[in-house]
Parts: sequence; C-alpha cells; structure tokens
Amino acid sequence: MTTVENLPSPSAERPIGFGRLKRKEDARFIRGQGNYLDDIKLPGMLYGALLRSPYAHAKILSIDTSRALAAPNVAAVVTAKDLETLGLAWMPTISYDTQAVLAGDKVRFQGQEVAFVIATDEYSANDALQLIDVEYEPLPAVVNARKALDDDAPLIRDDKTGQRDNLASPTWEAGDKEATDKAFAEADTVVTRDIIYPRCHPAPLETCGMIADFNPETGQLDIYNGNQAPHAHRTVYAHVAGLAEHMIRIMCNDIGGGFGNKVPVYPGYVCAIAGSIVAGKPIKWVENRSENLMSTGFARDYVMHADICSKDGKVTGLRVDTIADHGAFDSTAQPTKFPAGFFHIVCGSYDLQAAHVQVKAVYTNKAPGGVAYRCSFRITEAVYLVERMVDALAREMKVDPIDLRMQSFIGPEQFPYETTTGWTYDSGDYAKTMQVAKDLAGYDDLRREQAEKRARGELMGIGVSFFTEGVGAGPRKHMDILGLSMNDGADLRVHGTGKAVVSISAQTQGQGHETTFAQIVAEELGIPPEDVTVRHGDTDKSPYGLGTYGSRSTPVSGGAVAVVSRKVRDKARLIASTMLETSPDDLAWEKGRWYVKGDPEQGALIEDIAARAYSGEEMPEGMEGGLDAQVIYDPPNLTYPYGAYIAVVDIDPDTGHVTVRRFIAVDDCGVRINPMVVDGQIHGGLAEGIGIALMEVLTFDEEGNCLNSSFMDYLIPTSLECPDFELGATVTPCPHHPLGAKGVGESPNVGSPPAVVAAVIDALHETHGVDHIDMPCTPARVWAAMQGRPEPPQ
Amino acid sequence: MNVTMTVNGQEVTRDVEPRMLLVHFLRDTLDLTGTHWGCDTSNCGACVVHLDGKAVKSCTVLAVMCDGHRVDTVESLEKDGELDPIQQGFHEQHALQCGFCTPGMIMTARALLNENPNPTDAEIRVAISGGICRCTGYKNIVSAVRWAAEHERAGQEA
Repeated sequence: MTTVENLPSPSAERPIGFGRLKRKEDARFIRGQGNYLDDIKLPGMLYGALLRSPYAHAKILSIDTSRALAAPNVAAVVTAKDLETLGLAWMPTISYDTQAVLAGDKVRFQGQEVAFVIATDEYSANDALQLIDVEYEPLPAVVNARKALDDDAPLIRDDKTGQRDNLASPTWEAGDKEATDKAFAEADTVVTRDIIYPRCHPAPLETCGMIADFNPETGQLDIYNGNQAPHAHRTVYAHVAGLAEHMIRIMCNDIGGGFGNKVPVYPGYVCAIAGSIVAGKPIKWVENRSENLMSTGFARDYVMHADICSKDGKVTGLRVDTIADHGAFDSTAQPTKFPAGFFHIVCGSYDLQAAHVQVKAVYTNKAPGGVAYRCSFRITEAVYLVERMVDALAREMKVDPIDLRMQSFIGPEQFPYETTTGWTYDSGDYAKTMQVAKDLAGYDDLRREQAEKRARGELMGIGVSFFTEGVGAGPRKHMDILGLSMNDGADLRVHGTGKAVVSISAQTQGQGHETTFAQIVAEELGIPPEDVTVRHGDTDKSPYGLGTYGSRSTPVSGGAVAVVSRKVRDKARLIASTMLETSPDDLAWEKGRWYVKGDPEQGALIEDIAARAYSGEEMPEGMEGGLDAQVIYDPPNLTYPYGAYIAVVDIDPDTGHVTVRRFIAVDDCGVRINPMVVDGQIHGGLAEGIGIALMEVLTFDEEGNCLNSSFMDYLIPTSLECPDFELGATVTPCPHHPLGAKGVGESPNVGSPPAVVAAVIDALHETHGVDHIDMPCTPARVWAAMQGRPEPPQ
Repeated sequence: MNVTMTVNGQEVTRDVEPRMLLVHFLRDTLDLTGTHWGCDTSNCGACVVHLDGKAVKSCTVLAVMCDGHRVDTVESLEKDGELDPIQQGFHEQHALQCGFCTPGMIMTARALLNENPNPTDAEIRVAISGGICRCTGYKNIVSAVRWAAEHERAGQEA
C-alpha cells in the first residue's frame, strides 16, 4: 500500500532538521480533505449576504427592507440603523481611521456594504438582496489621487469632524532634505521620472469569509475565519464588539491563500458577528469573487515623482515625493509609527550619499485597503521605484544596468549598514549575488543575442533588478500595530515518549509551517520532524502573537521556535546531568543527545531524557517535572534578505504582446530551513510579480466604477504566462536571528516587477525611443508606448 | 426536481432546485468539499471534476444536467489506500502550497494523462492553463504531472 506516509524516500530526503523535506500538510490537500472555511457546516447555521453600493459616491436617501424581509427563508435584514443600536455601525481600521460597517449616511466607493441579509440558505440570502430598495442621490466621485486635493474635488469624509478636504494623512518625511539637495547639486547626471505603482489585488484563490457562532447561554463567541493574524483579530473583536477577550475563540483551519488580503477585519466579519449575537445562531458569510476584488484589501496605488543622481559613475542621491491613494477609508496595513509603511527603505541596496522621501495620503472614492500584498509594508513600492530609477539613470549614463549597480552597492564590509533614511541592514554581499545571477543568465550571451535579433527587427529585452527587503516586523522598541507588540510566541512540549507538539502564533496560508517549524525543532533537539506536531490557527491552543504577513513567520516565529527549543534543550541538559551523575558543565550536545565530554559513549538521548522528565524518578534539585517551555520572541532587528533578478522578454512587434521567456532569480535569504519550500515560495511570488508587471490591475472610470471586478477582467497569470523559472542562491546568514535565517516569501513579488518592466523598456528603447512605461505592460499599453503615446494607468 | 447521477461510483438521487450548480450540489448536498469554488466566472478551475470522464468546471454545470451521468471528484482518486500517481506527484514535486487549487489541478491533470499518457511540458502547460494557482507559479505542477506520467508509464510497463 502506498500512502504519503510511507512513500519510498531515500534517507537524504528525510532530514532530521534542515533540508528538502516533503510537506506534512500535503496528505490532506491532495485528497481533497483540506478544511477551508466554506467547508464547515454547523448545526442550525444561517447564511449571510451583503448588499453593496452600485455607486462610488452617493447619498443614501432611504433603505426599504420590507420586501426582502417577506421573502422566503429570510430571517433578518440588517442595516446601519440596526448596527447603530449595537454601537457597531462604524469600526476602527488598522490605521486608526474609522470605516462604516454598513453605510448609513452615504456610500463612498462602489461595492461598499449597505445591508446584510440573513437567510436559511445561501441562494435565498442572495435572492433577497434583489428585494432591498435603496434610494440613492449620486454625487460626483474622485478616483484619481492627483485630483483628490483639487479645490473642486468632492469631500468624501464628511463624517469626520473638521475634515475639509480629502487629505488622509499629512506629509510624512524621512531622510535628510538638505544633504539630498547637496548631493544633487554636486551630481554629474540627474534623471527624473513620474512612476505609478498601480492598484492591484492579492486575490487569494479562496475569498474571505467567516462563521460567527455566539452562544447566548455562555457568552462564548466562536469564530471560524481564515485570517493571517488570529490573535490580533481576537483583540480587535474584543474592543469592537465589547466582548471579553477570553470568551472569544478564533479558529483558522486551512486557508486558501492570503498574500495580505486576509490581514484586515472586514465589514462582513462584523456583520456575521453582530448577526450571530442577535440571532443566537451560527452565521456563515463568504464573499464572492467580485466582492473580494471590489471591496477587500487592495494593494499599492502609489503615485510617485522621483529624482536620482550620480557622481563619478556611482548612484549618490534620491529624492521621492509620493501621493498614496488610500481609498475611502484609511485601512492601510502597517506598524503604527510608519504611516507610509517601510517605504523609506527606498535607498535600496545602494551606498547613497543622501536621500529624502515624502509621502502624503489622500482619500478617493475607491475601496479601502492598502494592504501589503506579499510585501513588507510598502517595500514593494520602494524597490520598484529605486530599481526603475537606477535603470533610467544607467540608460542616461549609457552604462550597463548591472555595472552601475555593481559600482553603487553597499560593500560587504560595510554591514551592519545604516541607510540615510534610518534602517540598519544586517548583512549582505550584494555584488556576489548579482554576479551569480549574471552568470546563471549568461548575461553577455543574452546581450549578443539581443543585438542580433534587433538587427533582424525582433524585439527582445533584458531587465535587471536588485532588491533589499526588510522583513520580520518587528522589535517592540521600534514598532507596534494598534498598540500591540509585533512579537510571536512559541510553546513546546516534548512528551514522555519523545514526541513533541509545538504551538505557534504564526498562521500559515500555504507556507508549509507544519513542516518547516517541525524541522526547526528537529534541528535543535534531534527529534525527527515527523514526531513533531505543529499547532497553529486556534487562539485557544496557541500562544499570543501577530501572525503571518510581511515575511515574518521565519524571522519572528521561527526565532521563537528556535529559542523555545533551546530552552527545552537547556532543561534537558540538567536532567541528563542527573541521569549521568555528572555536572551539566561536563556535558556536550550533539543533535539528539547530551553526552559526557571526553567520554561520548556516556550519553542520554532526548527521548530518554523526556521519559525521565515525566517518570517517578529523581529530577535535578528544585526542577519541576516535564520537558516543556514557552517564549515570546522579540526580534532585535528586522532581517534583510536580498536578491538579484534578471528577466528576458520578447515583444511581438505587431501586437505589443510581452512574453517573459526566461526569469532568473538568485535570492539570499540567509540559512534555508527547507530549500524546497523556499524555492516554492519564490516561484509563486515571481508569478504574482509577473502578473502585476503585465496583467493585474484594478482600474476605475471617472464615475468610480471598478472595471476589473472579476477574473474575466482582473487577469492572473496562468501556466502559459509563467516561464520555467531559473533559481539560484547565495547564503549570507542573518547575524542576529537564532537560526541565521531571513524571511523570503515576499522577495520574489518585490523584486520581479521592476525586472520585467526594465526588460520591456530595454526591448523598446533603442528602436522606439521608449524610456518609461507604467504597469501593467498589457499589449494595448505597450503598443501605445511603441507609437509614442505612453499612457498612465488612470 | 429529482436528479439521479453516479458520483464517485455511487448512485445518488436528490431533490434539487433547477438552478443549483453542480459545484454546490457536490459540496453542500453531498458534503464532498474537496471540490472548491473560487471565482464565479469559470476562470479559476478550482471546481474541476470529471463528467463522464471529461474534465469540466462544475461551477458551469447545473446539477440537473448531470441526471443519468457519471461524476467523479478528487475524493475518488485514492483507491484501496493507494494514491493516484498524480496525487503522489503533487506531493513529490511540491506542486501545492495552500492546497485550494490542488483538487482542480489534479483532476485536470488526470484527464490529460487519461488522453495523453506522455505529454510534453508544453502540452501540460496548455492542459492546466484553464486553472489558476496563486501559490506555485506552476513550475512544480508541471513537474508533478510529468512525474506522474513517467511513473504511470513505468508502472504499466512493469
């Protein structure tokens, strides 16, 4: 009999510790036995559906729910008025703004939540939506961030006392303005660009949803909900709904992708909770795909103006002025003290003389969000900008884009390196990684091939990017979200039989935590990973922590699991010293056992130590029985992974269609716990980055109608748009992480769009004079650029 | 109205609304939740099942249209505790992460190998292009299908 558990695997493939271990979680997924939110049915469960606004901006004159209430199988129809009585009509956002749960006064974006129908089945709930009569008075809408502060722009947030314009947050600055002006005054070459990172969407394949199950007898609220930060959500619900936090339990089970989209709290969640509290029955609400694309956390929408300069063949200065489009409510996701996230990491991988960044944010009649779509809080925007600028500068200087980068990199001897905007990069050898990518790509041969093709009238482009990410937020001395420290817990119990359970606060959405975190315990304690169960996703069964986003699982939770394993190992040492009747100082560790220094035959295996810890036998003086420990890990710094990417594209001269023929990605994420999982993460992020560069965009017409509200219009790359990715690696351990590891999940999404866009421009510059194009590089937009009519996305 | 079909080898009869989609019939009426729903517009392929042996998107088929027909879902693949080579291939080649697209991808790949036991990479890419995977970038899915094809052929020759 062949099952996943006993598939033939050579021992090299079953490492006790780090290595290419196949995933434990696969066993249920390949059988169709995953347990996603919509797979759960509770007895007596009712179903919710949301009525949404057809207008981007309109006054609500009246809402008549009587016909819907009279419809078959409908239990209730909830509007803002009903929520007001519960104090739930508005909710706080992750950025200290407020957001309407259900619109009462007016609607501020197309797709905004207006009423919530509860029925005995999903079909009836959706039928009843058609029977709610809402009278709207349409208002002018503003969808372009550049026009949001015009005198004649309609005021969107008239609900906010004292708000007289559409400014969402005042100008925020980083870096040294004067020093930057000086760098530019002394420069040889200056290049200026207007660059847009358009609005895109994480669009996980499973949409958002919740089952809220309030028990009126006990006051217990059970929540089933695929979200990336269950503990933080529990705290938020305690505050929002006025419930006691210890009476709320969130169970995440399996999550069909997140990518930042499942970080925020959405109005549908609050409606499900409020509905369950009022109805006393479980209520399931699952959004459809259009709801997901039109109303939940979008990403990017940064309108950037930048200057970059060089002196003596090296990049020296960068100046950036950005308008951030937050949509109708500011629910951008970032640590509290960073209103533009980590955007000021925009100095990138370069040893700049100076840089200055300013960002202001505006409200528009578009959906709220600004989540970090596979991105550590706006680093994607920063990397895109600096890499586009360095590329443009290289073109102006008539030097190879790799050569300019090589000349300008922070040197390996300069780490830890303080950037001019205040980041302390931990480690790196950028030139080495760039060289590996160059060799892997066969860069010089590619340039020769390009010249030959150009002579034949074919359009081939080669694009380069180099990124530095800052991931693993973060140290409590530097950052928090909503006042919550960004730490993560781990709780490790080694049972008397030597098998272990480790509970973590990170929340997998496909990253393979059940395997890789077991490998960390295995590496540290020598317990085979198949004997370590990883528990997560249930707030009653895991320690507090802030969850999984911003590539923080390995940097923070991974650190927690390493540290807790070492605590257990330390306790095991004391027990072993009793067992071996020697001093703990005379013991040495090798994977799986403590032994007597100088007499390696004398030792105690971890499972024997565990058995002793739970037995009736003597323990070390003053020590409690059992072999377990818990920690809350506070990372000393972010980790700074980096990488060099090279894209090769071909463009059809007759249609403007871009094909990514090759993509070479060399990542340095420090020590790799499971290289197979790391490679998989990189593949997925590259696909998303290629999608953003070529296809994925949320656009709006002048009236605020969303033009990409389904997968018919919001295009996601398929197997035909993705090349056979070519990966390489360098390993520069993180000096402050217990395992030397850095985060990696987001690197490919961060690094790939600038490489693809650079390749498109590279293909078209010489023959068509194109020196800039905004994403996405669709055939129509590329064609327009080829005709000398480049258009911004909006 | 009454509908009778053979699902994973078992005949089932149920009274359903004429508008009920096959994907909802499988998931909600028969509790076969391995088949997923992801998009409403037949773009994502998370709902692919076999209808009389052909891969179809079950969000685009009404349950009543299956009256008298045979439907097979991902739950049918493992036989007597033995995984289908495609299921094994997905595990071996790390062709899944969140797992949400996986049943649809596996059923799509199964239909391909039933018709073409020795596909090229390009043929595999075309075959799975009706589905969206947000996690893997498809590279390892292609490897998994190739792995399954090779092992299946080797098994048949042995």
